[in-house]
Amino acid sequence: MSQLHYALFTGCTAKQSTPELLSSTLAVAKKLGIEITILEEASCCGASHLQDFDEFLAHVLNARNICYAEKLGLTMITICNTCQLNSAMTKHALDTNSELKARVNEKLAEVGLEYKGTSEIKHFLYAIIEEYGLENVKDKVVVPLSNFNIAPFYGCHNIRPSELHHTSNGGENSYKPTSLDELIVALEGRPVNYASKNKCCGFHVELQANHTSEVLAGNALLDAIDNNADMMVTPCPLCHLKMDTYQDSVGKVMGREIALPVLHMPQMVALALGCSEAEIGLNFHVQKAKQIIKQAVSA
Amino acid sequence: MSAINKNSETRKVTIKAFRFNSETDYLPYYKSYEMEVGKDELVLDLMNKIKWEHDGSFSYRRSCRHGICGACAIKVNGKATLACKQNAMELLDLFDNELVLEPSSIKRAVKDMIIDKSDFWAKHATIKPFVVADVEAHPTHETKQSIAEFNNFLDSDLCIQCGACHYSCPALEVNDAFLGPAAFVAAYRFTVDTRDSAGIERLEITSESSQGVWDCVKCFECAEACPKEINPIEKITKLHNLQFEKNVAVSNVATRHAEGFLRGMKKTGYLDEADIVTYSEGYMGMYKHLGTAMKMMKSGKIHWHSGVPFINSIPKIKNLDEVQKLIKISQTNRL
Repeated sequence: MSQLHYALFTGCTAKQSTPELLSSTLAVAKKLGIEITILEEASCCGASHLQDFDEFLAHVLNARNICYAEKLGLTMITICNTCQLNSAMTKHALDTNSELKARVNEKLAEVGLEYKGTSEIKHFLYAIIEEYGLENVKDKVVVPLSNFNIAPFYGCHNIRPSELHHTSNGGENSYKPTSLDELIVALEGRPVNYASKNKCCGFHVELQANHTSEVLAGNALLDAIDNNADMMVTPCPLCHLKMDTYQDSVGKVMGREIALPVLHMPQMVALALGCSEAEIGLNFHVQKAKQIIKQAVSA
Repeated sequence: MSAINKNSETRKVTIKAFRFNSETDYLPYYKSYEMEVGKDELVLDLMNKIKWEHDGSFSYRRSCRHGICGACAIKVNGKATLACKQNAMELLDLFDNELVLEPSSIKRAVKDMIIDKSDFWAKHATIKPFVVADVEAHPTHETKQSIAEFNNFLDSDLCIQCGACHYSCPALEVNDAFLGPAAFVAAYRFTVDTRDSAGIERLEITSESSQGVWDCVKCFECAEACPKEINPIEKITKLHNLQFEKNVAVSNVATRHAEGFLRGMKKTGYLDEADIVTYSEGYMGMYKHLGTAMKMMKSGKIHWHSGVPFINSIPKIKNLDEVQKLIKISQTNRL
């Protein structure tokens, strides 16, 4: 296999509240021999909120990010479902609407850039599965996750709207997603089957509709717990933030105590590939998760 | 046992169906029915077989059989399904030959697949789903619309009020006041109709907290559920934008949360995670987040200087000046 090389769009969260996402992503790439060029020029994707305020401006800024991947001639990979969705939505809008593309390029020309539409946009999860290959990941496992029941939490923005994502996510069906389950199996963990795995975590209305947000997170966390999950794993740092950081307040709303470590997808892979404790970064979790390292090694 | 042969023209399967009669049953139950399914059969055909060949009391709504009346929307294995449009074999393949038929909303079940849709209709009516205009009794010419003006709402006009999106919306399941995606599609459809004069009123109705678009959780379940491929959340985003364009948006936690993204982006290129919370909530609203902030600080997710003005705790992107310039020359809306 020729060496894979990607342009990494880190997103804001990996540069701020979830440094463990960036460190574990880079550690996994290194172990798998995947070359990563970080797009240090890339700005925030707007996270759907800037889109609510000014859709055209959001397209211009996302197109600019994609330009830098195009300049390198590389596929742009994302490590956040919401970055994936908003970048892919801009790509789709510009690739299918030449009038909009011309209007956006008129703005980009002012800073010497041009959006062409030549780079693919793919979440790291699907780059690992579709391009690196699960069989190859399996060969690199040094710490099998056989001690754990792991609840896959897919996160809306990687699987819906499915037509938008089908070119980059291997045709995953949003009503019956399988990729994370298969990754867990490849790392020798036991995937937890539960109805909430493809549901919403509530992150995006944390501020303006707090009760809705808490109940949605609570439904998913309790569903995973009631199906004997030892931990939850998600490819989206926003799902992680909602489900990890707010377990106390969510528990109060739901009337039950909640204590479930929520790992980023690359953290789980890093754990199985034997990356260092510092790279995995479980110390950055609000819900205590460091014990997982010991539990894994004793497998 | 189901015969699992993907190539055969017909397949013998067991279909499970939700059964409940609100007049006689205390609790719902599920019943299994064995049947042969042909490659061209629809989910509606499976329901007909249950009724005609197994149990005449099995109840469901159906009428046009052409995907236009919206009566036969149900859920199959949790997937919103217009029964007269969905090929059964496709679902058997997707769900490994095990199908469970359920009403669109179990908590609203009246009898088997039939639900009480009164909340749907009440919310739909709230947004005035009709053209509001002073029509002359004896007009001398027709009201003209350009093709572009018509295309603005053409796809929204295809809504058949089946409720598939409405009953797939998780925000609505938690928050009874939320108007839901179908009502928003209708609000958009009539607001951008050039003959209509109630646009501002609809934008006000759909901007109110709890019931309006700002409580949308952005899960895209509605886009996935719609059998007419209307993409309701796309219209929800358009309503958000229209609120700013038409100066209906007032400054509150939700609108500041949307507009506030630009504050951090102008300074560093990134969203400023701490600033967006303080700016959206206002300093008075911040007390709610102090507990969480302390926990995040303890685990190193945020730092003591996060969000403190004049301290740069966030790295800057390369070529930040480009982002600053693009915001300046491309921004169309204001709060």
